[in-house]
Amino acid sequence: MITLEAYFDYVILPILSISVMLVFIRLFKGPAVVDRVVALDLVITIGIGIITVYSIRSNQEVFLDVAIILALIAFLGTVAFAYYIEKQKDD
Amino acid sequence: MIEIILGFLSTVGALSILFASIGILRMPDFYLRLSVTVKASTLGVGLLLICAAIMFPDISVTTKAIAIIFFLIITAPIGAHMIGRAAYFTGTPLWKGTISDELAGMYNEETHRLDSEEDESDDDIHDGKPNIAKTDEETK
Repeated sequence: MITLEAYFDYVILPILSISVMLVFIRLFKGPAVVDRVVALDLVITIGIGIITVYSIRSNQEVFLDVAIILALIAFLGTVAFAYYIEKQKDD
Repeated sequence: MIEIILGFLSTVGALSILFASIGILRMPDFYLRLSVTVKASTLGVGLLLICAAIMFPDISVTTKAIAIIFFLIITAPIGAHMIGRAAYFTGTPLWKGTISDELAGMYNEETHRLDSEEDESDDDIHDGKPNIAKTDEETK
């Protein structure tokens, strides 16, 4: 009988880690700047998921505060990048 | 019973995050990558957070998880719309198999306003022609 802890450790966290690696390939490759911005946003979003699973496994609910801050930073970063990329074309 | 629910939720969440990352790697075009990524990753992270909310028997954790889910659902479409709009203005080419580009010629280049019918003047973006890539290498 597999326990839920072993399932989180050996299935869920490896899947999330592989996802981050795949997104990093796009972050290095991406032909345009906007591709990199979207990849960075996705990395931070997956990071929120990893923090959540880690806080379940280590039984520390304090880590969820970090997830809130990361969600805020991801949104602000994307909006700021979009704003300046759009302005860059104008001048 | 609660273990089965938690296992199911976390599996679906992790798999949709995995599909989002495969999509951002394999899709042929920036706009397709954007549309694949945002929805799937929001769903996956939301399901993992619901997992955490069920796991901890504390009401403060549930409140935090609901706050993060709410914030993600509010902000992810706004960020995706803004970055897609910026990409369209900077002339990111569409995939070579694109059939129609409804926005072509509708944006005023000076004011960045969207009109509902095509502008007569010549200063439109790409002069009213859709910016579709000729080869796969341009968007890859």
